[in-house]
Amino acid sequence: MQGARSLPEWPGWIAGLFLAGFLTLPMAAVLWHAGGGSAPQPADWAALRFTVLQALYSAGLSVLLAIPVARALSRRQFRGRALLLALMGAPFILPVIVAILGLLAVFGRAGWLNQILAALSLPELQIYGMHGVVLAHVFFNLPLATRMILQGWQAVPGERFRLAASLGMGRAMVFRVIEWPMLRGVAPGAFAVIFAICLSSFAVALVLGGGPRATTLELAIYQAFRFDFDLGRAAMLAGIQLALVALATALALRFGGVVQGLAGGQGRPALRPEAAHPLLRLWDGALIALVAAFLLAPLLAVVLRGAPALLALPGPVWKAALVSLAVALAATGLSMGMACALAITALRRTGLELLAIGGLALSPLVVGTGAFLLLNPWTNPTALALPVTVVVNAVMALPFALRLILPRLRQIEATQGRLADSLGLRGLARLRWLIWPQLKPALGFAAGLAAALSMGDLGVIALFSDPQHATLPLQVLRLMGAYKTEAAAGAGLLLLLCSFGLFWLFDRGGRHAAA
Amino acid sequence: MLQLDHVHIALGGFTLGADFTVQSGAKLALIGPSGAGKSTLLAAIAGFQPLASGRILWQGQPLHNQPPAARPVSILFQDNNLFGHLTLAQNLGLGLRPALRHSAAEHQQIDAALTRVGLAGMGARRPADLSGGQQSRAALARVLLQRRPLLLLDEPFAALGPGLRAEMLDLVAELTTGAAITLIMVTHAPEDALRLCPISTLVANGQAHAPVETGALFETPPPALRAYLGRSTP
Repeated sequence: MQGARSLPEWPGWIAGLFLAGFLTLPMAAVLWHAGGGSAPQPADWAALRFTVLQALYSAGLSVLLAIPVARALSRRQFRGRALLLALMGAPFILPVIVAILGLLAVFGRAGWLNQILAALSLPELQIYGMHGVVLAHVFFNLPLATRMILQGWQAVPGERFRLAASLGMGRAMVFRVIEWPMLRGVAPGAFAVIFAICLSSFAVALVLGGGPRATTLELAIYQAFRFDFDLGRAAMLAGIQLALVALATALALRFGGVVQGLAGGQGRPALRPEAAHPLLRLWDGALIALVAAFLLAPLLAVVLRGAPALLALPGPVWKAALVSLAVALAATGLSMGMACALAITALRRTGLELLAIGGLALSPLVVGTGAFLLLNPWTNPTALALPVTVVVNAVMALPFALRLILPRLRQIEATQGRLADSLGLRGLARLRWLIWPQLKPALGFAAGLAAALSMGDLGVIALFSDPQHATLPLQVLRLMGAYKTEAAAGAGLLLLLCSFGLFWLFDRGGRHAAA
Repeated sequence: MLQLDHVHIALGGFTLGADFTVQSGAKLALIGPSGAGKSTLLAAIAGFQPLASGRILWQGQPLHNQPPAARPVSILFQDNNLFGHLTLAQNLGLGLRPALRHSAAEHQQIDAALTRVGLAGMGARRPADLSGGQQSRAALARVLLQRRPLLLLDEPFAALGPGLRAEMLDLVAELTTGAAITLIMVTHAPEDALRLCPISTLVANGQAHAPVETGALFETPPPALRAYLGRSTP
């Protein structure tokens, strides 16, 4: 690509160097420390086993449920279809702690479902333990799986279904000849991605899991660090987690596009004569309604429970909200700057893209442990809790940002790069007049994702937080822990509004400016 | 006889009208600018595009409310006419019966069809192993096995070079003539219409006009066709 030389590459190299250092130094510190640490105890093996098992269940259930839902969505046109598909993107930017609040309100001990069950004299449903963890993961990942698999359906050329109809294929034949081969290509990728995501589950396990029977490795690191201050054991656990996530991420990259399903899925459904039967329409409609209810009820619960408490929130919550907003904006700026610099350099050096994808394998608690080990001899790590959080959040958003920005940048350079070269558009002028106007929508969307992810992140900050530097998600967690249910609901709603609001502002800003 | 009886198609803001008949065994070309509705008209006949009003009849029987497979129609699209993960024999077999396993007698039919289009012995191959021309031949072989009296071609040979395209049109002529098949073909190229289709229909300005003799149509083109062909007004 000729045009790439017309843009400076050194910022990308600096970003790449920083990223490489950030990805490797804490890990190296962890591994070096773990070498001198304790050997794994039975409880540690149990944590490993639980981590893998819950991720298997979560990914399997998400994908199995997503297949009929995606099929229903692929062949039905109805009012609100576009809205539902947009809603399916929401869990990605939904703060985990808010989702847990919502799930507790619906499925918890005094939740809506148990009230209905009690009214029908049926036994109470328990949300804590393995099935609560899996439930929360399915809530987050069913929409992702559905969107990934729906893309598979929509990638089938319309002529295929027409040809099938004109050859008189029934539903079973259409499944065998068209849908099954497609699923065989798409479903393993969705499974691998969700499996990898669920391995790093921390906040969900922190609230819904716990105890010797439902502790993930991330949670075990947190406990070793926070309660026992056993750095050797934390490092040893972090080493195991590191290997596990690296393996799963490699599998996910091998089997499927990692961030497919973030955007898109908006196309019209194909005409499907084989699925015109009224009973089938009813079945599809019921499935879609059920999934919409499953996704909407917890959000609705957060809004309903949180609204009355919103204006009466205690001062520390507002302060935490400001801290979180500052962290989110800083992380977004850092992430976007690095993403743009890396993308420009990655036009000619594809290896750099892989480096950024490495952020996917980042386990916040492992990085946090490593950062603590690195910083501890020099300064008080707690004082640097917020800067470390900013950097971790920026790096975590980087793979998604790059996947959104780089293809668009490639396209711009491929279609108009030569013209711009012949006109002598170089450096800043090229950025200003060629790249920026066309890249803005992708940048806005990526910035929105980064901001929302950072706003809702509950990872590193939980590890070395102190009351003065609490972020909003941490504040919600503390209120929940203190059984201040109403204040927790109000703070949760505030967090929800901040996350979605940031996303909306950035995304709209990018699109508006482009128009 | 295929009758388009006051057919009216509405697709968003786009509308298309058609009101004419095509005799059995005729070979008709649909010609006109891109976006005029040639493919839409084929889709309506094949059953993929509902009518806003009007009727489509084949030998006096209404077609327009039948599902695609129940119509006496075989159709070839611009691409994706073969399933890429199935062998040629399986692809062709789908023209006989919607199943993937076939009897020995059916396999004989499949082999015969392959031989007729010049692909003898290639039943075990997959579409990706074939050239563009061979893929077109295989799709035509399936059409043969379908034995439908009405064949619709939605520019299936558009991606082929001029020589290969002419070869395919000759093959279509050879396969359809003996079997009393009625052919309706979308095309952009006047030479294709002249080569294969004695009659042609101009589709332009929201209307599929009544068919006329192809040679005459190009000798004294109406204004819309003249504009499409890029000829100056005489």
